[in-house]
Amino acid sequence: MLRMSARTDCSRNEAVIIRTSAILLALSAVAVFIMLLGHNPLSVYLSMIEGAFGSGYRITETIRKAIPLIVASLGISLAFRLKFWNIGAEGQIMMGAFGATFFALNFQNLPSVILLPLMGLASIICGGIWGAIPAYFRAKFRTNETIFTLMMNYIALKWLTYLQYGPWKDPGALGFPKIPGFTENAVLPAFFGLHIGWIIAVLLIVIMHIFVNHTKRGYEINVVGESENTGRYAGMNVKFIIIYTIFLSGGLCGLAGMIEASGVNKTLSVEITRGVGYTAIITSWLSSLRAPVIAIVCILFAAMIQGGTFIQMAFQIPQSAAQILQGMILFFVLGSEFFIKYKISIINDNKAEANQ
Amino acid sequence: MVNISKSFGEIKANDNITFSVNYGEIYALLGENGAGKSTLVNMLSGVYTPDSGEIYVHDKKLRFSSPGDSIGSGIGMIHQHFKLIEIMTAAENIIIGQKRSFIIHRKKLKKTINSISEKYGFKTDPDKYIYDMSVGEKQSVEILKVLYRGADILILDEPTAVLTPQETEKLFTILKKMKEQGCAVIIITHKLHEVMEISDRVTVLRRGEVAGTVNTSETNPKELTAMMVGKAVDLSIDRPAILKDEVMLEVKDLSLIDRDGIKKLNRVSFNVKAGEILGIAGVAGSGQKELCESIQGLERRKRGEILFRGEDIARLTPRAIFERGLRISFIPEDRLGMGLVPTMNIVDNVIMKDYYLQKSLFLDREPARERAEHIVKMLNVHTPGIYHPVNQLSGGNIQKVLLGREIDANPDFLVTAYPTRGLDIGSSHLIYDELNRQKMKGVGVIYVGEDLNVLLSLCDRIMVLFEGRVIGTVDASTATKEDIGFMMLGGKEC
Amino acid sequence: MDISFFAAAVVAGTPLLYAILGELITEKSGQLNLGVEGMMLMGAVIGFKMAIITGNPYLALLGAMAAGGFGAIIYAVLTVTFRANQVVSGLTLTIFGTGFASFMGQGLMGEIVPPDMKLFFADFKIPFLGDIPILGQIFFNQGILVYSGYLLTIIAGLYIYRTQIGLNLRAVGENTAAADAAGIHVSLYKYVHVIIGGVLCGLAGAYLSLVYIPSWQENVTAGRGWIAVALVIFCKWNPYRVMMGAFLFGGLDIIGFRIQKFDIHISQYIIDLLPYIVTIVILILVSVRKSHSGSAPASLGVSYFREER
Repeated sequence: MLRMSARTDCSRNEAVIIRTSAILLALSAVAVFIMLLGHNPLSVYLSMIEGAFGSGYRITETIRKAIPLIVASLGISLAFRLKFWNIGAEGQIMMGAFGATFFALNFQNLPSVILLPLMGLASIICGGIWGAIPAYFRAKFRTNETIFTLMMNYIALKWLTYLQYGPWKDPGALGFPKIPGFTENAVLPAFFGLHIGWIIAVLLIVIMHIFVNHTKRGYEINVVGESENTGRYAGMNVKFIIIYTIFLSGGLCGLAGMIEASGVNKTLSVEITRGVGYTAIITSWLSSLRAPVIAIVCILFAAMIQGGTFIQMAFQIPQSAAQILQGMILFFVLGSEFFIKYKISIINDNKAEANQ
Repeated sequence: MVNISKSFGEIKANDNITFSVNYGEIYALLGENGAGKSTLVNMLSGVYTPDSGEIYVHDKKLRFSSPGDSIGSGIGMIHQHFKLIEIMTAAENIIIGQKRSFIIHRKKLKKTINSISEKYGFKTDPDKYIYDMSVGEKQSVEILKVLYRGADILILDEPTAVLTPQETEKLFTILKKMKEQGCAVIIITHKLHEVMEISDRVTVLRRGEVAGTVNTSETNPKELTAMMVGKAVDLSIDRPAILKDEVMLEVKDLSLIDRDGIKKLNRVSFNVKAGEILGIAGVAGSGQKELCESIQGLERRKRGEILFRGEDIARLTPRAIFERGLRISFIPEDRLGMGLVPTMNIVDNVIMKDYYLQKSLFLDREPARERAEHIVKMLNVHTPGIYHPVNQLSGGNIQKVLLGREIDANPDFLVTAYPTRGLDIGSSHLIYDELNRQKMKGVGVIYVGEDLNVLLSLCDRIMVLFEGRVIGTVDASTATKEDIGFMMLGGKEC
Repeated sequence: MDISFFAAAVVAGTPLLYAILGELITEKSGQLNLGVEGMMLMGAVIGFKMAIITGNPYLALLGAMAAGGFGAIIYAVLTVTFRANQVVSGLTLTIFGTGFASFMGQGLMGEIVPPDMKLFFADFKIPFLGDIPILGQIFFNQGILVYSGYLLTIIAGLYIYRTQIGLNLRAVGENTAAADAAGIHVSLYKYVHVIIGGVLCGLAGAYLSLVYIPSWQENVTAGRGWIAVALVIFCKWNPYRVMMGAFLFGGLDIIGFRIQKFDIHISQYIIDLLPYIVTIVILILVSVRKSHSGSAPASLGVSYFREER
């Protein structure tokens, strides 16, 4: 007979071993699936790695995909620290991109040094507000934020659709529903072959790490996230903390949207997020909400997506297989947390049974 | 039960325990908090599985791997914390987990319940919702649940902990009736006089081991105490005299209505002198929590005045109170859900209340580290280190950390809610001593408690709350438990 | 507005009905499964694929139910056995389900449901009931899956409120420790009802791909799974209110097309926002007023471990 008991003695090393084996298990489970499709899993995996890191160009591409993921994951991790289940990153990214695009389209004559910061600020404010609305109701009435933030995603999506097919439709696109491209001064400049979004991402990782662990505001977020009652007891303004933290969370997601619109797409479209808002939920959870780990996990996930496009060409395996792989990895890691929190022991019943 | 052992992690909760109970007797398990009583009976009820040892019922060896197995063999457990579903009626609660029929026949069910009630002398309305019930009524439902299943071995875990003396009296009458009907009744308690009053035999547990089994008629409280604690200890609590006659805190006409529109406090007025311990008694949920939080500035929806040295603080936030130089410390009932952050270490918990006074944007943990070390030394906290998460400490040590932080802040006034709940006698007395030390320093203390014996010997005056109203305030040196119990049920001062 | 609008609202509300019932039963056992959207997508794609391959409506529905149930099993293993965070597990299930559907749906794009199967799901009048003026036209001139939806709602209500198992189920969701102490096999109850919930969500998805659309398109659910989760709150965890919630939102779903008929010039995309905005308003209203009855099962979303201390 198996018996479980809670454990508190799991060391960091053990935890790493458990999580790594979970990821390996997930990879082998997907391998079975790939074999069922009639491919050699090892060569598929290898070519995924090849596709992600095989050349300087591919590495740049992988990092390009990792940037919005990192920024959005940092944002989400802040919300999750508060146990605020913000799954509205998708919408916050869209609204951030919307805010940036508003300035890009309407102030085309401003020089880059003014326009780009303006766009960044607008994206943070728009994304932040998109997050702060559900946060306000959660703080005030304990309204369920999970579904609220999710509904906000759909509203943002419909809003962008409306803009793309309506007021912001490019008159020069011969009736094709697209928003005009950004002028050169509204595009993020490149640095070492990649738009400067990567510098922003690196800076944000460092700032976030310090903010959460070494500032008073970060400390408050950790306390309130553990228990709102404790926060209240310690004299903190819990409602305000919730609202501004989620504003920051949404603001970071919004900034990810600006980086995508300005650095990569050079325009706004309904497909701006490419599911980053959802993937970022996985990555921040897998990283246990720790900023440095987020960077690593996000690059690995970006590699998986980038590798996914590659195997689509090489093996005709649909790109959605990468999405399944992501889901599987998270399933296994979620399951493995159990072995970090609980101890399984086998009790020998034979003796007892024999006496009967 | 033969040779039962059980460990949690490295702590041995039960070590080689053997005892037996006969039908038609009331059997008491006596021991301090933490002696392993609850663990022992939880194994009997299938909640825990023993590491080793055997359980026999009706001379048949049984293995319980779940509560269902235990119920099947006629054992009924009444848990200390009721296992009832608030939004269901008594009748629904009684039949949870039953296997008699697929469709629920409400009328037939009501009849059965009423006939059981009559047999044992309960007065329970099967259609009443649990959330409308008093603690005593809830307990009746718990017992009915067990009887409805036809259990003939009843286990009651600390059944009187939350009852008034009058309710306890009623419960004992019912237990005696069960005994007459041939049931085996096991009652777990740490109250000596109850053992003497009701039980036929008693087993004393000490630190997870059997300290002895005796017939109640052949023993006395003194002998039992010695068995409980291992050596003769001084169980008396000091009550130093109040030093000066100066009112420190005065509450006038305090009322509070909660979010659901329910009146939690109703025109409460009282005062506390400097160097006085004011006890607050009342059945659970009479407004104690709301009162404590109001004084702290945590409750905002209140009317009335709270004068602290003449200054009205009723409308101030905790920080505003602090900034005026008024030091009010608070030890809340919910230690890990309110007083401390369970996953954080001692240092981060110590810094919790004054971190915001630091000027810099960054958090300096250095002063807190020194204070944490000081607290650990002062109160003799058993911990692997000050960077150890508090939820991995034992209950007593968790409370010491909390108390240490609150006292280390040099308070003028101290509000404590059930500070010794769940602690063993040694730790409890350490806390009583610390409260008295604060008292001698001229600190005003509010002590919300449930054990009337402690309230009567520690406090100077005792105020009784009932449904958010003050029923009366008595002098602790002259009042009796019966007086207070009567008032706790809403009876006027006699 | 004519009667046909209300009849169409019932049709549009039926996938919601199944999904809400599924999530409601799941939540009654104390499990908050946010994977409804994912399970619906899995059901939709497998149902559709089975329909194309076999041409047999029963096999198609069975496949859809199995797919939804499979998703639910993953969720149950994670949250019940391994006690993983329920919110994150549900979200992952949705992400997985979305990938699964788009993967399996490769090559199905543009396919339509075979005509004889359309016949199977076609509307027919129920004798007597269908002749009632107005109500008959709205409710009793519908397809087989709409009728079975009515039936399921009633069965679910009787099951939850009138049977011993239903009572035990509510006990598990309200106070897991109490249910456990009463000898109820908590994990079994959770597993069974999470799976029932998944099966119903699979059916909801199949209704969309086989009857409502009825052809394959990516992301057929379009967020209906999430609306269903929200509507469980709106229905206050009471199965009898499910029909009201489902049909109300079915109406909101189709009102956009209807309004255009009346020459009201509001952008389609703005009208499309209605269901989402109304959902939010409902969420807020529910949280502002709180009462004893009609609140969430008290143990919802909390993992249970017996030897906790």
